[in-house]
Amino acid sequence: MPAGRLKGCEMRKFDWSRAINYFLLKDFLGAFKLALKYFFRRKVTINYPHEKGPISPRFRGEHALRCYPNGEERCIACKLCEAICPAQAITIDAGPRLADGSRRTTRYDIDMTKCIYCGFCQEACPVDAIVEGPNFEYATETREELFYNKEKLMENGRKWESQLSENIKLDGNFR
Amino acid sequence: MDFSTGIGLILLIVGQCLLITVSVLLCLAFLMYADRKIWAAVQMRKGPNVVGVFGLLQSFADFLKYVFKEIVIPAGADKVVFILAPLITFVLSLVAWSVIPFNSGWVLTDLNVGILFIFAVAGLEVYGVIMGGWASNSKYPFLGSLRSAAQMISYEVSIGFILVGILISTGSLNLTKIVMAQDGSYGLFSWYWLPHFPMVILFFISALAETNRPPFDLPEAEAELVAGFQVEYSSTPFLLFMIGELMTVVLMCTLTAILFFGGWLSPVPFLPDGVFWLVLKVLFFFFLFAMVKAIVPRFRYDQLMRLGWKVFLPLSLGWVVVVATLAQFDFPGYARWAIEGV
Repeated sequence: MPAGRLKGCEMRKFDWSRAINYFLLKDFLGAFKLALKYFFRRKVTINYPHEKGPISPRFRGEHALRCYPNGEERCIACKLCEAICPAQAITIDAGPRLADGSRRTTRYDIDMTKCIYCGFCQEACPVDAIVEGPNFEYATETREELFYNKEKLMENGRKWESQLSENIKLDGNFR
Repeated sequence: MDFSTGIGLILLIVGQCLLITVSVLLCLAFLMYADRKIWAAVQMRKGPNVVGVFGLLQSFADFLKYVFKEIVIPAGADKVVFILAPLITFVLSLVAWSVIPFNSGWVLTDLNVGILFIFAVAGLEVYGVIMGGWASNSKYPFLGSLRSAAQMISYEVSIGFILVGILISTGSLNLTKIVMAQDGSYGLFSWYWLPHFPMVILFFISALAETNRPPFDLPEAEAELVAGFQVEYSSTPFLLFMIGELMTVVLMCTLTAILFFGGWLSPVPFLPDGVFWLVLKVLFFFFLFAMVKAIVPRFRYDQLMRLGWKVFLPLSLGWVVVVATLAQFDFPGYARWAIEGV
């Protein structure tokens, strides 16, 4: 290095090919070609309200309380779900049923605003009564509508039963 | 009724103004839809497809939504300037259309300094952004508007020099004459894009920067400045900003078509000239604008400034010298006023 020059100030080797690519907009033209290729590709958008994406049988959506095929409710008020619920979203009161004195819930509330959809309740349930179904479209206009009671949960069970039992059957092989 | 004097003349001018305003705004609604569709297509999305057939009426739905929202004016804002800023952006970008020739004779004001007028109006447009940013009385809008000021001024310089090259070739500042000067026997190849080729690209990129479009949308810079000078704007004022900006984009597309691609002239000699050629060219350049938005990542601020001052300014300045020399020595295609007597 000649005397009197600072280190790093010498003329570095000039990269001509890079300069030429820069002024010929080579990167841009390449990107344009790629963009045009994708422009005519088939679109991947799902027309959401009209068509929906596939859902796993293990999908943890809106809760439901199921019944046996003869119409008898499954829940035996063991309160395992209430105990395991990490968000403490479930509240259960139990008592003998008037008709036959069997142990049943007199109150089964789930606060859907507290629920974290972990699925522990359906894991804990010994009789597959409380399950999380495939439904995820239950947004409401008020907060109060999301405080589900037993009636609402039983109704969900009746409404989704065919899919719920199908999902449990599909998932059964892996349990 | 007599349309050459008095009330008749005023009515005629008002009618022409309305015609241009309405048709430009109507085109804009569909161009905005096209913009979103093109952007979506590159990303393999469908884009708006719900309102109307294929979502064609999406812009009108958006328009209604904007208009019916509440106008929120921040407590610390300068109310007059805050409202004035979007109006300035909108009005100025609309005013520039008054000198654009759509066909031979189809021009509201056949101004003999038309190109200078557009350049001046484009220069004033930066005020809308600066005022908006300043009047919001908030950090991000202010930073955004400062950036915008520097950016628009930097690129106006190179646009100015690019225009000088065109003016040397034409010998006139009148936009109609600039188009007529490109009317040669070679069709497509007598337009200015061939003799001024490198400047076409420079003009296009400068137009992107001038209109704050991606990859030069630093004034908005969603990632760092939230939405730049538009942060505090909502409802109709925001709509005016957005329409104004898009209108400038379409104006720049039209200018590119007029200055370099022969305006309404037909690309092949055996087809008739007409306004549809201009529309086709504008649509093509708008497509390019939309594609650039879809594929080019945003510039960093120092890169933007370096590109403007260290690359575009010397190149366009050098080109003025080149064009002037070629015109002086009557190189074919560079001094059309001398040969064809335009």
